[in-house]
Amino acid sequence: MIDAPSSTWFTAGPEWHWLIVAYFFFGGLAGGCYLLAALIDLLGRERDRPLARVGYLTVLPCAALGGLALIFDLARPDRFWHLMVEVHTWRPLLQWWTPMNMGAWMLLAFSFFAFLSALAAATEAGWLRWRGLLKLRPPGALGTVIVVIGALLGLYIASYEGMLLAFTSRPVWADTPLIGAVLALTALSMAAAYLVLFARWRGWDLPGLAALRRIDAQALMVALVALAALVVSLGGAAQALLSPLNLAMLAGVLAIGYAAPLALRFTDGWPRGRSVATAAVLALAGGFLVRMLIVFSPYGAHA
Amino acid sequence: MAEPMGFFTDTTVCIGCKACEVACKQWNQLPAAEGGQNTLSGDSYDNTRRLDGINWRHVRFVEQFDEARTEGRWLMMSDVCKHCVQAGCLEVCPTNAIIRTEFDTVVIQSDVCNGCKACIGACPFGVIEMNPVSKTAQKCTLCYDRLQAGLEPACSKACPTDSIHFGPIKELRQRAEQRVAQLHAGGEKRAFLYGADEKMLGGLNAFFLLVDRPEVYHLPPDPQLPSRNMPMAGLFSVLGALAAAVIALVNFRRRIE
Repeated sequence: MIDAPSSTWFTAGPEWHWLIVAYFFFGGLAGGCYLLAALIDLLGRERDRPLARVGYLTVLPCAALGGLALIFDLARPDRFWHLMVEVHTWRPLLQWWTPMNMGAWMLLAFSFFAFLSALAAATEAGWLRWRGLLKLRPPGALGTVIVVIGALLGLYIASYEGMLLAFTSRPVWADTPLIGAVLALTALSMAAAYLVLFARWRGWDLPGLAALRRIDAQALMVALVALAALVVSLGGAAQALLSPLNLAMLAGVLAIGYAAPLALRFTDGWPRGRSVATAAVLALAGGFLVRMLIVFSPYGAHA
Repeated sequence: MAEPMGFFTDTTVCIGCKACEVACKQWNQLPAAEGGQNTLSGDSYDNTRRLDGINWRHVRFVEQFDEARTEGRWLMMSDVCKHCVQAGCLEVCPTNAIIRTEFDTVVIQSDVCNGCKACIGACPFGVIEMNPVSKTAQKCTLCYDRLQAGLEPACSKACPTDSIHFGPIKELRQRAEQRVAQLHAGGEKRAFLYGADEKMLGGLNAFFLLVDRPEVYHLPPDPQLPSRNMPMAGLFSVLGALAAAVIALVNFRRRIE
């Protein structure tokens, strides 16, 4: 194609594939779950504490899986520490302007706070015996500080991938500034859907579930607006979305990730319990699909 | 710091012999593709096809023929890393593996690179790719080892038509402008320099004389630094995170009430 719609069409793909999709998925779920768990702890009812506990206990494995996906996406996983240590001087390597470098540090910090919160949650669940660990969770001052910092880091982890992709010259990624917004909003939707699904599975009837269902639906609706704005902001570069694979993924995102769960949320066509669980599964699948679309979309553009 | 050095490639005298490709491969001990198996592209006389981790020089064949193949023209261009004065690869590298040398060239340190591939997507010219042997990102070093020893890069040394000129950037620019003037005087009014001035990424230390639009040579007409996207991408990431936080806060506000 000689008349390419953007100079980004002349670049090479970094071969970021499924492991990056997996990182975006687990990172988003972890960030969203921590935010919700922290807000349940800080603002929710006492009866909703089990929901927050599940949130904290989910964050740590998700952050770990995301970190592992990142490490194994490196062509030299044995050198993952080069992201954080200057090889020739052995000094910490901090590059505030590089999203990948900052992301590595933030993921490490987030994992530390996730670990602290998971310790408290595991103690509350009776898995650990040292009761002093309960102080790592609200309502105490120490626990409050920990979850506020953790929630802010979670928001960063859920949204910074937009900057990571924008900091390239690739089609779609470098042609719109809106990827981070879509990822942050779908991360919240996925986390709310996950907690609703877990509660359904355990048969819990907690007051916070209604709020989580509202959050899921509202985040989905705002994310849909953000996705539409993203496509519009691409201008001519939206041609990249017209490849058969990208069109199929976009259709999947719209149908599975948005239309179906929102329809189930606002209609009473199915038995209530089943529709809640189905909508949650679809929101999670949609969150995965939208990450697939974002990661793979540049491969539909060739000059 | 030594004087900035680079390449001026005059595409009008390139004959597509690929001596530069071979010299580059030989000097830098780059591995053969697919273990040396002879693979033909099938739709071009050029079988290298593109720059990548094991082809740091690539002679692009622009083969333009009509359907009946009665009318046609060949354009040839020995492509290479542009060693941009403002280099996208250098600004995105999260490990400091990519450095600027005393010759104002851009080099990837293979012992530091961990294969994150950020530079591959950042390069506006699609120059960098993974080397399957070292499993690190690699590209032209402008023969940094030869420059340090006072030698000319292997590709320009091997070029039989002087399509590839090597030297101090100031001299190369003067020579390139004279060549453009000569071509214009001879009737080739389309000749122009691509990347010779500071407007393109602060100047390309490997710039080209072209006789058609950059896109025809698979060169981006308006290459940009990745960092130009960051203010807006950062703003919208923060706004998205804020929106997520507000949605969650509003729905859990009951205890405050």
